[in-house]
Amino acid sequence: MEEETHTDAKIRAENGTGSSPRGPGCSLRHFACEQNLLSRPDGSASFLQGDTSVLAGVYGPAEVKVSKEIFNKATLEVILRPKIGLPGVAEKSRERLIRNTCEAVVLGTLHPRTSITVVLQVVSDAGSLLACCLNAACMALVDAGVPMRALFCGVACALDSDGTLVLDPTSKQEKLQQCLAAAQAASQHVFRFYRESLQRRYSKS
Amino acid sequence: MKETPLSNCERRFLLRAIEEKKRLDGRQTYDYRNIRISFGTDYGCCIVELGKTRVLGQVSCELVSPKLNRATEGILFFNLELSQMAAPAFEPGRQSDLLVKLNRLMERCLRNSKCIDTESLCVVAGEKVWQIRVDLHLLNHDGNIIDAASIAAIVALCHFRRPDVSVQGDEVTLYTPEERDPVPLSIHHMPICVSFAFFQQGTYLLVDPNEREERVMDGLLVIAMNKHREICTIQSSGGIMLLKDQVLRCSKIAGVKVAEITELILKALENDQKVRKEGGKFGFAESIANQRITAFKMEKAPIDTSDVEEKAEEIIAEAEPPSEVVSTPVLWTPGTAQIGEGVENSWGDLEDSEKEDDEGGGDQAIILDGIKMDTGVEVSDIGSQDSEEEEMIILEPDKNPKKIRTQTTSAKQEKAPSKKPVKRRKKKRAAN
Repeated sequence: MEEETHTDAKIRAENGTGSSPRGPGCSLRHFACEQNLLSRPDGSASFLQGDTSVLAGVYGPAEVKVSKEIFNKATLEVILRPKIGLPGVAEKSRERLIRNTCEAVVLGTLHPRTSITVVLQVVSDAGSLLACCLNAACMALVDAGVPMRALFCGVACALDSDGTLVLDPTSKQEKLQQCLAAAQAASQHVFRFYRESLQRRYSKS
Repeated sequence: MKETPLSNCERRFLLRAIEEKKRLDGRQTYDYRNIRISFGTDYGCCIVELGKTRVLGQVSCELVSPKLNRATEGILFFNLELSQMAAPAFEPGRQSDLLVKLNRLMERCLRNSKCIDTESLCVVAGEKVWQIRVDLHLLNHDGNIIDAASIAAIVALCHFRRPDVSVQGDEVTLYTPEERDPVPLSIHHMPICVSFAFFQQGTYLLVDPNEREERVMDGLLVIAMNKHREICTIQSSGGIMLLKDQVLRCSKIAGVKVAEITELILKALENDQKVRKEGGKFGFAESIANQRITAFKMEKAPIDTSDVEEKAEEIIAEAEPPSEVVSTPVLWTPGTAQIGEGVENSWGDLEDSEKEDDEGGGDQAIILDGIKMDTGVEVSDIGSQDSEEEEMIILEPDKNPKKIRTQTTSAKQEKAPSKKPVKRRKKKRAAN
C-alpha cells in the first residue's frame, strides 16, 4: 500500500514526555492502539501516544441528507469534540485539516450519495493532539473498511522560537523543511506500527 | 441519520422472551452487566463501561465569582453529551428530548442530593469560589445511559483533586500541583442511579436494560440511592401505572445493587491510588489489554534524524519558491486592501476579464483571502486542495463586501454576482 505522509509543523513548545525537538536522536513516545472497541460505530479505534489519547468512531458509508449529498462521491464529515467545554474555533480548524486529509485519501467515488462520518473524542491531551487525531482517524477508517487509496498518519514537530526564526522567512522555511524531513523519518515508524497491528489481527495463526 | 426501525419480529421475540424470564444476553432479571472502571493519567478523568455502554467523565475546576444569592457556596456544573459516535441517531439537532431528560436527571441526582459539600468550595466569601465542572461524554450507546453516566460522574468526582488554596488575611495563595499536593473534594455520599424497565403495562420488570430491551419497554423507573439506603431521586417515565408495592420492591433491589456498585467503585479508586503512590504505570494505556488481537502496543522508539539537513535541502530544491509574505496591510484603493502571501496575482492575465466599474483604478483582481487553513508549509505533492471551499470577500470602494464561493465540492449552482469567479475557476482547472 502506498504510504502518503501529511505532516504538520507547529511553532510551539512541545511539552510531551518523549521527544526533544531538536538534534539527531529524537524519539517518538510509546504508542498503543485498540481497534473495534465500540459496538455501535462501523469502525472505531483508540489511539494513544504517550499520555495523549484520542478515540475515533466512523459511520459509513451511510444515508445522507439530501441537502448534503454529492452526486458523484461520498460526503465526508469530521467532528472533533474536546474533553472539557463546548467545541470552539480551534476544533473547527482541526476538523477542517483532518477532513482535507481524509478526503484526499478516501475513495469517495466508490460510494456516491452516501456519507462517511468520522467522530473524534479527545480522551486526554498531553501534546501532539492533532497528530494523534489523524492517526486515530486513519485506524478507525481502516477498521470500518472504508476504501482508501493510501494510509495517512500525523507526526507533530516542534520548533523553538528565537528571534531570528520568526523574522526571516527563508531561514524559517529551511528549519521547517528540516522538521518535515524529520517527521517523514518518524512517519515510517508509524506505518510500521500500522502494518504490524493489522498483521496481528488478520493473520491466520 | 435516522435510527433503523425495530422489526416486528424482533419486538415480539424480545417480549416473548421477557415473559418467559429470559434475556438475550443470558442475564437474570435482576442482574447488572459487567462494570469496568479505568482512570486516566490526570486526576478526575475516568471511563466507565457498563457492558458495552461507555461513558467518559472529566472533572475540571476554575475560580469564579459566586452566584449572588449564594455567596458562600461553590458552583457545580454538569454536562452530559451524547456524542455522535455513540449511536447513528445522535445528531446535533435530533437528540434534544433525551438529552434534556438525562441532564435533568443527572442534576437532580448529584446537585439536589447535596453529595458534594459546596461550602468547602468557597475561597473568599462573596468573591472567589471554585466552580466544579463535570463533563460526561457518551461514547457508545448500548442501553441504560443514565446508570453509566451517574457512575462515571461520581467516580470522576471522587478521583478529582483540586489545587490547594490558602487564605491569610487578605492574601489568597493558589498552589500549583508541584508546590503542594492537590486536595480531593469533600464528598458526603455517593448517589448512584439504578434503572428498571417495565414491560407489558408493568407486569414484567428488568434491571439494567440494554439497547434492544429499551426499545421495546413500556416505561422506565430510575431510583438514585446511596449505600446508606437513602433515596436521592426517583423518576418514572413512560406513563405506566405502577403499584405501590412494585415501587417499594424496586427500591429494595436498588439498595442491594447500589451497595455492590459502591464497593466496586471504592475498590477501583483504591487500586488507582495505590498504583499512583507506588509509582507504577497508570492511565488508559495500561487498561488496553495486551492479549487482544485488536490491540497493539509499541515502545518508545528513537528516530534517526541525522540526515535531516540533506533531506531538507532536497525538498527545498524541488519545491517552488515561497510566495512573498506581506505582513502589513497594503492599501490598493479605498476599500481594497491586501495582507498575507502573494502580492502579485499568480493566476495569469485577468486584464480582459470584466472588471466591475466600481472596482476603481486597480488593473488586477486583488483577492482578500478570508480563511487560510494551511500554515504556509511548502510541500511538493499535496493534492488535497481541490475540494476546499474558500469563502472570498472582495472589498470594493462602495464598501459592499460580496461573498463569492469560488469552488464547491458539489455541482450546485453557486452565487456568482460577477463574471470574475467563473473565469477564475476555469483557469484553475487549466492549471491542474
